[in-house]
Formats: sequence, C-alpha cells, structure tokens
Amino acid sequence: MTAWARNLRAGSERPVWMEKPKPGMQVVKLAALVIICFMALYPLFAVLATSLSSQTEIANNNGLVIFPKEPTLAAYRTIFAGGVVTDALLRSLVITVVGTALSLAVTVCMAYGLTRRDLVGGRFFLMTALFTMLFSPGIIPSFLMVKELGLLNSYASLVLPTLMSAFNLVVVRSFFMNLPQELFEAAKIDGAGDFRILIKMVLPLSKGVLAVVGLFYGVGYWNAFFNAMLYLNDDKWPLSMILRQYVLLGQPMGDSAAVAEIAVPSQAIQMAVVVVSLIPIVIVFPFLQRYFTKGVLTGAIKG
Amino acid sequence: MSSNSQTLTSVAAPDAVTVKSPPAVPGKRNGRAKKNKPTQRRHSLMARIRRDKVMLALVLPGFAYFVVFHYIPLAGNIIAFLDYKPYLGFVDSVFVGFDNFGAMFSDSAFWVALRNTLVITGLQLVLFFPVPIVLALLLNSIMSKRIRNFVQSVVYLPHFIGWVIIVAVFSEILGATGVVPHVLENLGLPRFDAMTTPEFFPFLVTIQAVWKDAGWGTIIFLAALMNVDQELYEAAAVDGAGPWSRMRNITLPGIMPVIILLLILNLGSILSVGFEQIVLQRDNVGPGAGEVLDTYVYFHGIQDGQWGPAAAVGLVKGIVGLILVLGANKLAHLFGQEGVYSSDTTK
Repeated sequence: MTAWARNLRAGSERPVWMEKPKPGMQVVKLAALVIICFMALYPLFAVLATSLSSQTEIANNNGLVIFPKEPTLAAYRTIFAGGVVTDALLRSLVITVVGTALSLAVTVCMAYGLTRRDLVGGRFFLMTALFTMLFSPGIIPSFLMVKELGLLNSYASLVLPTLMSAFNLVVVRSFFMNLPQELFEAAKIDGAGDFRILIKMVLPLSKGVLAVVGLFYGVGYWNAFFNAMLYLNDDKWPLSMILRQYVLLGQPMGDSAAVAEIAVPSQAIQMAVVVVSLIPIVIVFPFLQRYFTKGVLTGAIKG
Repeated sequence: MSSNSQTLTSVAAPDAVTVKSPPAVPGKRNGRAKKNKPTQRRHSLMARIRRDKVMLALVLPGFAYFVVFHYIPLAGNIIAFLDYKPYLGFVDSVFVGFDNFGAMFSDSAFWVALRNTLVITGLQLVLFFPVPIVLALLLNSIMSKRIRNFVQSVVYLPHFIGWVIIVAVFSEILGATGVVPHVLENLGLPRFDAMTTPEFFPFLVTIQAVWKDAGWGTIIFLAALMNVDQELYEAAAVDGAGPWSRMRNITLPGIMPVIILLLILNLGSILSVGFEQIVLQRDNVGPGAGEVLDTYVYFHGIQDGQWGPAAAVGLVKGIVGLILVLGANKLAHLFGQEGVYSSDTTK
C-alpha cells in the first residue's frame, strides 16, 4: 500500500467491528470511482478544451482536441464582442434572477400559509396544489392558455407558466412544519402578526431549504428552452435557444457576417457558447451541494 | 418535537376562544374543534377567516397560479372534441364528438410514436433503473467521508445541466468528430455517428439519461441505506457474516421496499419520456425513430395546426398516464409501502 492509500484511510469512519477490505477489493472500488468521476466530468472538459483551441489545431486533429497546446480565448472574444450571444446571456440572467425571486416568493408564502393546520380551506388549497403532481394539462391547452392571456412573445411567458412546482411547495412546507413551533407561538403571544413571524423568524431559520429550492427554480429558468421556443420570437431568445439554434441546428447567429470576418473556428465558438451556459451552474453548485449531501431534501421528501 | 407541541397546544387551548389570534394548532385536530363544530360552526368560520386573513392572503397567489396554469388548461382539453380553428376559438369551433380519437387510432404515425415511447421507457427501465442502486451501494461502502462527499458532488452535478447543453456536449463526444468515433476507429471498428443513427436512438437517449440523472437518483437509495438498522450489521459481523453475506442478508432486504416502490412508480410512467431531451434530437434521426407521444402532440398540433387530433392524443396519454400512476401507487400500498401520494403529506 502506498502512502497515498494510507492517506485515503485517514478520514475513514470504519466501525470497529468491520473487517478491513482486501486490497484487491480496494483497488477495484477505487478504479470504479475514478472511472465514474471521469465519465461524469470528461465530457465537460472536452467541451472546454475545444472552446480554447485554435482553428488550425482543431483541423489538424480531425476535429478532436484532447488538450489544446496553444490555448486561445479567441472564441470567447468573438462571442463577447457584443451581438446575439451577449444579449441572450444578459436576457437569460435577468429572466433567471427575476423568475427565481418570484417563484421563491410565491412558494414561500403559500407554504407558510398552509402550515396552519386548521386554516379555512387549508386542506382544499393543499390538495389543489398536490393534485397537479399527478397530471399535466397537456402541451396544447397550456399553449392556448398563454395565448389567450396575451402573453405570447412576452418574457412573462417564460416565468408565469412554470411559476411554482407543487413538489417544491411540499418541500418548503415540510421544512416550515419541522421548525420549533413553540418559538412562533411565543412570538404570537407577544403580539407579532403572521406575516411578521414569517419575515423575522421563519425565513432566517430556513436558509438551507430556500437555497435548495431556489437552486431548483434557478436551474429550471436557466436551462428552459421549450417555453422560449413556443412563445418567443427570436429577438427575445434566451441563451438556451441561441445554443439550440447555433450549436444543435448549426444555423447561423444573427451577426454571422461579423463572425465570419474573424478567423475563429465555428466549432470553438459553439463550444464556447456551451461553456458560457455552463458557468453559472458550475459556480453556484459547489455552494449548494453540501445541502444535498447533508440530506436536507430527503428529510423533507419523507415528511 | 411533536409530543412537545402537543402538550403546548393543550395548555394554550383554553385561551384560544378569547385570544384574538390564537396559536396555530400543530398536531392533529384536537377535541375542542370537533366539539364546537355543530353549534358554533358559522360563528367560528367567520372568526377563523378573520383570524387567518393574513395566511389566506399568502396562500392566494399560489392558488391562483395553479388554477390559471393547471386547472383551466385542463378544462381546455375540450378541444380534443372540437374541430378547433384558432380564428374561431373555443365557442365557435365545431363539436365533432370522438372523431379526433378515431383519427388518432387510424394514424400510423401515432402507433409509431407509441411504439417508440414504449421502447425507450422499457429500455430505460432495464438499463437505467439499476444504475443508481449499484452506485448508491458503492458510495455507501466508501468509508472515507471526504472521498464519498467528493464523488457524490461530482455525480450530482450533471442533474443540473439542461438538455440543450447535454445534447451539445454529447454531440461533441459522440458526434462525427468526437472522442468515441476516434477511439472506435483506432480499435479497427467501423465508426458510426451515434447522434444520427436511428437504430441507436433509444440507447442514445438512455445513455444521456444515465449521465444526467443516475447520480442524482442515488439520493433516495442512500437515504434508504442510512435507515437500515446499523446494529444488524454489527450483530451479523460478530456472528461471522462476511461483507458479501451482510450485503445479501441485511442491506438488500433493507432497501428492497424502496426499490420495489420506485420500480412500480417507474412502471406507472411508461408513457412519459423526457420531452425536452427528445424534441431536441428527433430531427437528427427522423420521426420514425425519434417521435414519441409528447413530440407527436407538439409537432402535429402546434406545428402543423391539427389542434383537435393532437389534443386527443395528449388527452388519452394524460388519462392513461394518470390511471397508471394511481394504479402503481395503489400497488405500492398493497406491497406495504407508503406510496408517494399517500395521505401522509396532507397531515
């Protein structure tokens, strides 16, 4: 066993009764873990590598660059020079931030209201929400609803139809109900109103679950493309639709003439757009993943 | 905690009538509310509305959302019975009874879409379903907390990446110029473009689904593994049971209820495949291999303007899907599981 392997065992929590695994087994397990992590991460790395490559390098390697020898930011300079991608990126950021804030607000309010067990109509409101987990009204009626509301080609059509998920509502409500109710009852006796208790006491105690549910909503808005495809004209497209148009369908962007003038391979630009759409997810995820490994969610789901 | 609040409620209960806004009553409805029902119902209802006006106001926006974007469109499925013309609207379009459903059953494209849907969901049941279980067992057997957390984070990450990005990434890896065709060529095997080969399409979407969600799927199994009584392991080890024996006799029986539950629920959703994933890739392989029920509805209804027939397909799919999910849930109850939509959540 190498020093490295001994190091691995340093953080071990092996119970005393458990036998040490055979070295062969250890190696197999370690290899499996390395392969799993490789398969999860390599595709993302490959995209990054291509986005940093020059046209000649991509051409010389028959389209495949494992590791760029002379990394260049040319592709990023092109897409950030202004134009379609920059606009779409800003649009996506605004939609994601505004949408997540609205979704969280509506979800938190409804979840908090439903924590009162003998709320008038409480059971009815809760069942109304829960039942939506069982059915989807269908693509066509949903489309017609947005059309009838006059939301076609408005940014509201990206937010309102997916404003809240019953699943997130249940997660938040379960969390609220597991908070120590005695605190709130004491505050109420001291004269605090329901809304004041929500703002001053419940929310500060709920940062973890708000972060998780906020991440779900945020990722949803950031990644969504179908509503944009259905409802928006191309001058309002978010980044995900630009990605689809340019990378998946291979169709030119609006300012393709400007792009053609700069000698940058389109494959590198395509992959640079992919990297740009990955960045917010990769930045936010590490701050929130500890909540998943800690099991905030599973507790709530089971509740 | 619940026992605490129970006692607290019973202490607070006598005041409840006089105090303007009595404390919320956690725990089950207590005897007081029941006793008051017959005589003071009207009065207490008004009083409760007045007391709860803030809470009700907080609930209303969310309630309105569900009504406007879920329940009213549900009623909009009436167009499955109409010869719907957008310029005529709901009221003036001609009612055609079940004609649209007849058209659906005689359209060969519908049967192709149904077959493709079942092939893909069936394949995912066989190839996807076991992966999170095996992965969870592997993660659970890692004793080093640091390594376990790291691997968990890595395998959770793809869940948060959207389908547009994933399809783009897979084109880069599996597409004509990607890594995999290069490797195949170096091994002397024929190179094929996995992204555009119709016969490979069900495998392609399954591989993508595994990459995106197999790691995320371990969460529920890891929770189940944590709930297995740890003392059983110790007792078995003391009695001389080795690691494999413990796995077979303690771990697997311990998480079997969760496995059965999820298997049943998966069977309940065999008519649903990832719509976004497939709508992005359908045209790479053509409708013969890439059309599923949801994309059929989208392309025939919204793209081609056959509103009525497409809505009929969507409605049938929704109803059959609902029956399957409810049936699966019932089945899970029969197996002694709580089910996902148990009345538990409403307590």
